[in-house]
Amino acid sequence: MPENEYQLMELTVDDLKEMKGLVSQRALDGDTVLLNMGPQHPSTHGVLRLLLELDGELVISCIPDVGYLHTGIEKSIEDKTYTKAIPLTDRMDYLSPMSNNLGYVMAVEKLMEVDVPLRAQYVRVILCELQRISSHLVWLGTHAIDLAAMSVFLYCFREREKILDIFEMVAGQRMMVSYFRIGGLWRDLPAGFEDAVRAFLGHFPSEVDEYEGLLKNNPLWINRTQGVGVVTAEDAIAWGMTGPSLRGSGVNWDIRKAQPYSAYDHFEFDVPISEAGDVYARFWCRVQEMRQSVRIVEQALAKLPKGPFITGNRKVAPPPKEELAYSMESLIHHFKLWTEGFTPPPGEVYVSVESPRGEFGCYVNSDGSPKPRRVHFRAPSFANLSALPLMTKGVFIADLVAIIGSIDIVLGDVDR
Amino acid sequence: MADTIIDLVKSKLPDAVQAVIEFRGETTLVVRPVDIVAVCVLLRDDPAAHFNFLSDVSAADHYPDEPRFAVNYQLYSMEYNRRLRLKVRLGGDAPAVSSVTRVWPGANWHEREVWDLMGIRFTGHPDLRRIFMPEDYLGHPLRRDAPLVYEEPQFTHNFAEIEKRKPYARE
Repeated sequence: MPENEYQLMELTVDDLKEMKGLVSQRALDGDTVLLNMGPQHPSTHGVLRLLLELDGELVISCIPDVGYLHTGIEKSIEDKTYTKAIPLTDRMDYLSPMSNNLGYVMAVEKLMEVDVPLRAQYVRVILCELQRISSHLVWLGTHAIDLAAMSVFLYCFREREKILDIFEMVAGQRMMVSYFRIGGLWRDLPAGFEDAVRAFLGHFPSEVDEYEGLLKNNPLWINRTQGVGVVTAEDAIAWGMTGPSLRGSGVNWDIRKAQPYSAYDHFEFDVPISEAGDVYARFWCRVQEMRQSVRIVEQALAKLPKGPFITGNRKVAPPPKEELAYSMESLIHHFKLWTEGFTPPPGEVYVSVESPRGEFGCYVNSDGSPKPRRVHFRAPSFANLSALPLMTKGVFIADLVAIIGSIDIVLGDVDR
Repeated sequence: MADTIIDLVKSKLPDAVQAVIEFRGETTLVVRPVDIVAVCVLLRDDPAAHFNFLSDVSAADHYPDEPRFAVNYQLYSMEYNRRLRLKVRLGGDAPAVSSVTRVWPGANWHEREVWDLMGIRFTGHPDLRRIFMPEDYLGHPLRRDAPLVYEEPQFTHNFAEIEKRKPYARE
């Protein structure tokens, strides 16, 4: 290896000329410091790189640089049939694959005009709400550990493990579930599912009390979070923030309430709102959301209807395996579905669901062939992260960590 | 409900609406590209519409049809709880449309994404850099003529050789 290849490049102020427009003139003159935070930094929750312009400890500007996890999922889906794209949606927001599945299958169901059996809709709600709890637990644990509260992290992951066990029971997978299918579910709930969920729900509310008790009135926690990273309601709407990050700024908007989907209008629950718009407000909203999710799951379990778990429409849903032995019709459907797929009419739909992070939207554009012309995902983390420069103007560099944690980004969701 | 919005746009900006598409209960207004900012400002500020929230901006490539590209804006009104999609169709030769970042600042990253992956320029955008792909990447991967293929890994010793036969979607 030639020796000179490993010499450190000396960066001079002249090299910064191409940064003009991104950073202030003071940085170009060398008055302020430019610092890279990430992409390999434990507090950026994934591979997020931030270019910080610092004046002492104050952040003058913060320029997020994303794309390290870009895997071209939207491009890959264009080369798959509608059914075979479902596993790819798991891998975007890997902390809430159920919500991703739901947004995508609902979009295709709308395109195909498929009715989903009530039982499947209830199971979808139960699993999405368990997913919301597990996602919020990861958020709470990592957010707390960013701000040096070690024990909360361990408690949160302990409880999340129980939810992942339930997912494994249902779907055979702990994280990449791919359990929702177009028209319903992959299979019916296994025996013992309801008992497992009830056992979890039985003790989980007291666990939430414990996490809240550890943090809510903790002076260290309050000093680090209250009044930090404030977003006004107008700014949050203008920047497209959604989910608890929006509701922490006092905007009462939750897609589960505003445009109920998948039987959410059958259940009673509240949408926690906080007016302050700071890190603490977003923390409070998410913790209360976990309690509301418990309420929804309890109601859905109590009313869980019997019946089919997937639609009888054989144009989108495969026939039961045993039918293949005696029904020619079923065999043809099976063969057509797993080779060619189905063909929706030309057109486009946009469906959005309330994922743990906010509005997860799915835009599907069909050209009438078995493969979509275009599938686009409106990722909640992507929009929430784009508001980060706004939130971090003039904060201390230590508060930056608190703010990143509070908007609960998943970089797989940002980059897709 | 959607009719009032269409009438509103047609009365205020008579030439702006090229077509109205109703599909699966969703309304799409196909808007003349030069009017997109005016339509967005109207829809955001008019008390009868009040689409205060921009959910998403995405683009689709209708290759080989012309006009080749479509940019979709998903609007949402929190006050009236309704959605609307605006669409502009752009030709395949150096597609460009005015940026709506001055109407909704949140459009910033969405438009950068469309530029990066689909190669549609947004004039007046404050910071139109690539967002996902590397800065020195050639072409726009989400175009339909950009190949979805195995990519040979380039090392220093064979970089130029592979570069020559690499199937990029050239600009």
